[in-house]
Amino acid sequence: MFEKSTVMDAEGINRSIARIATEILERNGGIDNLVIIGIRAGGVYLAHRLREAIKRMEGAEVPVGILDITLYRDDIGLSGTGKPRLGTTRIPFSLDKMVVVLFDDVIFTGRTTRAAMDALIDFGRPKRIELAVLIDRGHRELPICPNYVGKSLPSALWERVTVYLNEEDGKDEVVIEKA
Amino acid sequence: MKLSQKDVLGMKEMTHDDINLVLDTAESFKEISTRPIKKVPTLRGKTLINFFVEASTRTRTSFEIAGKRLSADTINISATTSSLIKGETLIDTAKTLESMRPDIIVLRHSAAGSPHLLAKLLSASIINAGDGAHEHPTQALLDMLTMKERKGRLEGLKVAIVGDISHSRVARSNIYGLIKMGASVALAGPATMMPRYVERLGVSIHINMEEAIADADVIMMLRIQMERQDESLFPSLREYSHCYGLNGKRIELASKDVIIMHPGPINRGVEIAPEVAYGPYSVILDQVSNGVAVRMALLYLLAGGGEA
Repeated sequence: MFEKSTVMDAEGINRSIARIATEILERNGGIDNLVIIGIRAGGVYLAHRLREAIKRMEGAEVPVGILDITLYRDDIGLSGTGKPRLGTTRIPFSLDKMVVVLFDDVIFTGRTTRAAMDALIDFGRPKRIELAVLIDRGHRELPICPNYVGKSLPSALWERVTVYLNEEDGKDEVVIEKA
Repeated sequence: MKLSQKDVLGMKEMTHDDINLVLDTAESFKEISTRPIKKVPTLRGKTLINFFVEASTRTRTSFEIAGKRLSADTINISATTSSLIKGETLIDTAKTLESMRPDIIVLRHSAAGSPHLLAKLLSASIINAGDGAHEHPTQALLDMLTMKERKGRLEGLKVAIVGDISHSRVARSNIYGLIKMGASVALAGPATMMPRYVERLGVSIHINMEEAIADADVIMMLRIQMERQDESLFPSLREYSHCYGLNGKRIELASKDVIIMHPGPINRGVEIAPEVAYGPYSVILDQVSNGVAVRMALLYLLAGGGEA
């Protein structure tokens, strides 16, 4: 039996992205040396939306890169985890001395973020890495804390949080399901 | 999704889905070789043994680079540095290697079927890097990746393979793979170099090279294998080159955007004119870079990567 409830709608997602954009600009005093890296798959769409939000405020574009963290996972060869097909990483600019804002749709155990940070460091030496997430659902297994959070969503381990985005799913919605 | 088998023995054994999975995964691996730091930690702690009982530069180097870019520990053994020269059998050498618990063994051997033998005996994954005149699956996969990249598809492609078909493991693996993926294959070569009953694999056979390459999307030239010929199969290199060499004039018969492939090493001026090998239609060097990506994909998938 499944119980579903919507915890964020299209408007809520847009407002969160706009607020995160403002917070990023405030903390960094503008867009100098700023780059956004979206973590595949959901984070990529969010990263592009964040760039648009920043463009509306500052009138200039921030470079956006795409990161697939699959090769940096800590569970290769272990069974039972749903591993997606490997996607391509595309970071066509240097990260040296840049402020990198990583964007992921949901932060849960923190293992994806760990993998993403290791991957970024293989691309250069950023001045600082910051983390933005649309949903923080808790249950961290590593000492990682996001800098920008769309919505904190206390959840139980057996619940499933899914972010649907227009670009992929034809709708903007965050749903929590009880299995 | 995962590969359906623990080993990569030949294109004959690979399924349509396996081939698609390897090609898709390989496309994503290409990017790593363009980074300033060409290494990811994925296969940390895995051991890869390159066991090459027969000479090789590009395949062995390619496997070694692929393993190293994935952070696997790679060890190379060649015939002259192994106990095979002391009279140890292949099975005994392999069992000895197995006791050191490698995860993947890449084998090149002059005897057809030797990787299949090891695959049955050992728990490590075996990759066939060429067994005699039988199969060379990783070459066929990198060839198919190159075609797919350039043409956007494999289905419906017209591929001509020209040269010494009967001694060529590259031809055999490509035939199995391309037919499975829906391409059509035309073979051309002297009758002395055409294996009997090869038409049963679903290919067309031509003694006249011009027929085979007419309107072809891909022309794959094979190397004349001097080292495999104990008898003379053609009167002279000059005559061979005259009948089956690829030159600028013959290319005009093919499709306007034809690509020219060669598994290497090339015999300049014999099967392929130098200006063709390095001309605008040639993708020979792309084949080499794609080789690293395909082998990275295979190592990754055999070590447990891919969709669960």
